[in-house]
Amino acid sequence: MNLPALKFSKTPRDMNRRDFLRSGAALATITLAPGVTLMSFGGEAAANADAGKRWGLLIDVNKCSQDCSACVSACSKENGWKLPENPETDAQWIRKVDLKDLLTGRESSLPMMCQHCEDAPCVDVCPTGASFKRKDGIVLVDKHACIGCRYCMMACPYKARSFIHEPLTDQKAHAPRGKGTVESCTLCVHKVDAGGTPACVEACNTTGNGAMMFGDLNDPESDIAKALLAYPSIALRADLGLNPGVRYSNL
Amino acid sequence: MRRLVVALLFVTGLLALPAMAGDLGPVIPKATGVAHIEGNLFMRINHMKLMVHDRDMTVHEGDRQVKYSLKACVECHAVNGHDAQPVAVTSEKHFCRVCHDYAAVKIDCFECHNSKPQISSSALLKPEMPDSTEIAAYLKEATQ
Repeated sequence: MNLPALKFSKTPRDMNRRDFLRSGAALATITLAPGVTLMSFGGEAAANADAGKRWGLLIDVNKCSQDCSACVSACSKENGWKLPENPETDAQWIRKVDLKDLLTGRESSLPMMCQHCEDAPCVDVCPTGASFKRKDGIVLVDKHACIGCRYCMMACPYKARSFIHEPLTDQKAHAPRGKGTVESCTLCVHKVDAGGTPACVEACNTTGNGAMMFGDLNDPESDIAKALLAYPSIALRADLGLNPGVRYSNL
Repeated sequence: MRRLVVALLFVTGLLALPAMAGDLGPVIPKATGVAHIEGNLFMRINHMKLMVHDRDMTVHEGDRQVKYSLKACVECHAVNGHDAQPVAVTSEKHFCRVCHDYAAVKIDCFECHNSKPQISSSALLKPEMPDSTEIAAYLKEATQ
């Protein structure tokens, strides 16, 4: 019995108009006759993880209030994790942290999530390569390779990762999650790849206090880069030199 | 010579298999979308390799327009239960389980991925009306 062999198509994947305009990769157009053109592409169109970009967040702690958790509920809804009943073991992709300066009594509140470090400790320690950083700076867990050893959870200074202890059903199609793997904030990578904004930022701007800003840190024309240039901001645990993609102002 | 006879018997056995498929093989549910141009045999043999290749494209490169995604499989191959809603992999009627149960191959995909499509149920309606035998079979099953 002859079985057909597995061969991957050599033609570029189906492109829509947006992809076509987006792919700057060695595009040549030859006009054969008026209205008749011959086009050739230099390899496949660029995938959505763009090495020229570095996605990040800027959180204005002054605007964030203690009684608001719009970002947390939006993340939970978007990615299909239940708001934790037992915070020690239940998944928390994002959580609110309240701070108080004991000397002055000043209280502040901020959202805490994966800081998407440039030199991410979780990526360093992962024994299987499951914990990885995308070309555009988003730190993710490839759950196909995750063995659930939880080294990354130990390594993360922000306590940003969670382990799934129990079997799950009815996950979101864009955010698969399952028992025995580690997970954390994905910066809503499925939305970002589609040109969108993370759910927490959207919720903060609509029902919250407008304290969060999302954008490309590498693009000097982006709102976030302009704000970072104009106002002072800090990276949490800057002493570790991890260069996180999430920065806080007025903390 | 004996070896040749055994081989011949084996080959004729294989050829006879499709004829007996109704009795022996799994009854594979029909999909709602357009058929795979590669053919069903190719997909039966290679679907896992295609999906592994494309899942790496999506997870690591952010390519969301891959040709072979598990999400697309689940949407097009959804099988509806008695409540007209797609069944989960916990049901024996689930498209993936029909063959995997038959071949005794465990599916790990649905430990993390959802085995049901997340599109409106009206989009899952069959494009053509079921014939009377199909309706009779459904009623028989539903009343059991």
